[in-house]
Amino acid sequence: MGAATQVVRRAKYKTSVKDPGTAGVLKMTEEKFVFLPNDPRSIKLEVDFKFIKGHKFTKEGSNKQALLNLTQESEIKGGGYIFEFETFSDRDVCRDFVGKALAKSEGAAKPSVSERSAVTLNQDEQLNKVEMERRIKLLRENSELQKLHKEFVISGVLTEAEFWATRKKLLDGDSGKVSKQRVGFKSAMISDVKPLTDGRTNKVTFSLTPEIIHQIFAEKPAVHQAFLNFVPSKMTEMDFWTKYCRAEYLHRTKNSVAAAAEAAEDEELAVFLNHDDILASEARRKIRRVDPTLDMEADQGDDYTHLSDHGILRDGNKEITDTQYEQYRRTLSQDLNRHAAVVLEGRAIDVELGDTRSVAEALARSKRVLTAVELANESSDGNAIKERVDKISRMTEIEDLQAPHDLPLAPLCIKDPRDYFDTQQANALKTLGDSGTRRMKCSLSSTEAYGSLKEIISEIKVVGLSEPVLEPDVALKVFNGLTQNISSTKYHMGTNSHESVLDRLPNVTKEELLHHWTSIQELLKHFWSSYPITTPYLGTKVNRLKDAMSHIYPQLQEIKESVQSDLRHQVSLLVQPMIQALDAAFAHYDADSHKRAAQNAER
Amino acid sequence: MCICLLVETAEIPLMAPVPLYADDVSLLMVLLDTNPFFWSTASLSFSSFLSHVLAFLNSALLLNQLNQVVVVATGFNSCDYIYDSSSSAAFNQSSPALCTTLLQTLEEFVSKDEQLSTKNEVIGIGSSLLSGSLSMALCYIQRVFRSGPIRPQPRILCLQGSPDGPEQYVAIMNSIFSAQRSMVPIDSCVIGGQHSAFLQQASYITGGVYLKPQQMDGMFQYLSTVFATDLHSRSFLQLPKPAGIDFRASCFCHKNTIDMGYICSVCLSIFCKHHKKCSTCGSVFGKSSAVDNLTSDRKRKHPETCP
Repeated sequence: MGAATQVVRRAKYKTSVKDPGTAGVLKMTEEKFVFLPNDPRSIKLEVDFKFIKGHKFTKEGSNKQALLNLTQESEIKGGGYIFEFETFSDRDVCRDFVGKALAKSEGAAKPSVSERSAVTLNQDEQLNKVEMERRIKLLRENSELQKLHKEFVISGVLTEAEFWATRKKLLDGDSGKVSKQRVGFKSAMISDVKPLTDGRTNKVTFSLTPEIIHQIFAEKPAVHQAFLNFVPSKMTEMDFWTKYCRAEYLHRTKNSVAAAAEAAEDEELAVFLNHDDILASEARRKIRRVDPTLDMEADQGDDYTHLSDHGILRDGNKEITDTQYEQYRRTLSQDLNRHAAVVLEGRAIDVELGDTRSVAEALARSKRVLTAVELANESSDGNAIKERVDKISRMTEIEDLQAPHDLPLAPLCIKDPRDYFDTQQANALKTLGDSGTRRMKCSLSSTEAYGSLKEIISEIKVVGLSEPVLEPDVALKVFNGLTQNISSTKYHMGTNSHESVLDRLPNVTKEELLHHWTSIQELLKHFWSSYPITTPYLGTKVNRLKDAMSHIYPQLQEIKESVQSDLRHQVSLLVQPMIQALDAAFAHYDADSHKRAAQNAER
Repeated sequence: MCICLLVETAEIPLMAPVPLYADDVSLLMVLLDTNPFFWSTASLSFSSFLSHVLAFLNSALLLNQLNQVVVVATGFNSCDYIYDSSSSAAFNQSSPALCTTLLQTLEEFVSKDEQLSTKNEVIGIGSSLLSGSLSMALCYIQRVFRSGPIRPQPRILCLQGSPDGPEQYVAIMNSIFSAQRSMVPIDSCVIGGQHSAFLQQASYITGGVYLKPQQMDGMFQYLSTVFATDLHSRSFLQLPKPAGIDFRASCFCHKNTIDMGYICSVCLSIFCKHHKKCSTCGSVFGKSSAVDNLTSDRKRKHPETCP
């Protein structure tokens, strides 16, 4: 048939379905496929599987062509390579091979996109697969991070190590969630095995997986006990489960008469058909230990181990059977409750579920420990009663003796730094020409100052408040000023007090501004952490960052120009601090390089 | 029939209990700046300022029969409670009596404050003890909280003229956060010449109103228009909003207001110069090595990233 890594078949290459096609030979390897036409003047094809996204094929049919279409990216409309084969079997072989090759290339393609930067890793970086996966996952989930990553790491401004150095917390956050929890039992009742009935051959097939067996042992202690007793001494495991399934089948068909009959014959089968005695005794013990302070109204109907549940049977029909066959019936509520109890208890053992015998033994061991503990507890009965009485008195609360509730508190909220973005306009205003801080000089000594204050106070005591407190025209001016101020901020900021300037900009601009801001933050963070420059590595890093930062200026200018004229002032106020920050960084860079040049010159 | 179910317990957030008063009863804590050096150089005279403030206090008490007003004086060397409208002495007092009591106590306070002054010469105006009076106001409010379910809604009004004292930065920020946590808004009315960064932050964080009046002789109008409203009514009133907040902090070593500095990664204390050891928590800072940028604790502080 040819090597598994290569397939060669005769085929015709068609550009469309109706095209008669050029005959030739199609050779496929795992990485690419090559089509050589019989006529050397026609086109030759050689395409990597990396570019093939999928494959389509025609169904088998006598009057249909055996076509295989290898499709490319969906952007290229109708961009696919159609091959017609002589027989369907040829086509199928090629199709399977293509499927395999695509799966392989897909597996290789995904990491390569985001791992291209991994090539620029430092040599002493040991990146294991897990770490890589975590980073990729993080990038996939957080689109902002992905944008930053793409902008800086892929373009070479920052290395992977530097980018992820400050984000360790994000990366570690995932690992903690991975494997701390043990998976418990499923809440679906898989121990209730549904058989496959084959009407034709009259066979009923039960399939038991190790997981199901584990649950059966957990839920039905009688079966568990029987397993430990009978296997392998009295019967093989296969026989055991066959008998068990027979019992299940009898229950399922509600054939209690037949069940009674068979139970009388086969004592092992009887174990499966009878009620679970172990379970019954356990339940009785538990009832005795119920906390008396539990406010629960229990009546006879809740004693689910003995009575049928209010006449409602497994599948809803109301059947009334003889008490003679009472023990051969199971009720839905019993099974559900038992299952629920087992699920909530959790997995008692951690053994691998392969070998049934070992599972059974491990389960028995854990049960033994538990029963030993319980028996020990019950033996100290006198103490137990006293304890219960104490507990009762503690539990009954007297409401008006309770302490007052906690004071209402507002939770401390650490805000997203994005919220502060537009409130820094104040700083922008300051630098754009505010009066700044004027240091007032006080020429009086402290005695004089205090003295004048006391004088004023005593004067008021005598004279009283000024009459009128406020001149009417002054009041009017103040009032108008306030109104104008409030309405103008309302006009500029919007009626919603939580709305900001950012919300009034078009979405694209807003996204761009915020993205620039986060990328400037990122760059500056790395820039300032590289000072003082002690190694050439830091020197080159600083240069890289400086170049990246200088690209941002024209971009910010562009944004300013792209907005409408009435918003331009707001945008320039928002952009101002970013530019200031960049200017400060550049100033520092220049000063530092001058200093170092001077130092070098001295030497 | 008992079937075990897994129930998710949801946490019900504690809302402020609705007081059994009508919802517009307020407790107004007024923090009065009595820094003599400031008042000797202020554009508004202390006497007219007092007239405005006393008239305002009266009107606040008139707005609702159950309203309470407490005045705390922010002095140069000390702070003290000057007036409490709910004290038995103040009960059933009419306006002239209020003024007399208040002025009397204020005079005594100023004398006490003078006695505590150590230096004869002061550089500039100096700053008044805002952190102290904020703490006293918050303590009073906490006591009111614990007095029972029936209580007025408290808020704090700072009438501040002296400039910010950077050495009080930590204490003021602590008071601001505790006010935020207790849901007590801090309103600020700045009488001095320049904006106060601390009060801007205080009002922003706690949800209060910050105002720097343009016209000083209309002080009463400002106070009664902006600051007299109770908390419930504020939800449907438009009150002035500042254009922006100055979020800069001051360094712990020299108490200068800084833009860029060094931060200890353990306790987040801010320093303007590189130190070998953090003075707050004592952790030793490592040397900044070439490849390992993480051991050094330098970070550029943006005004916009400072919470």
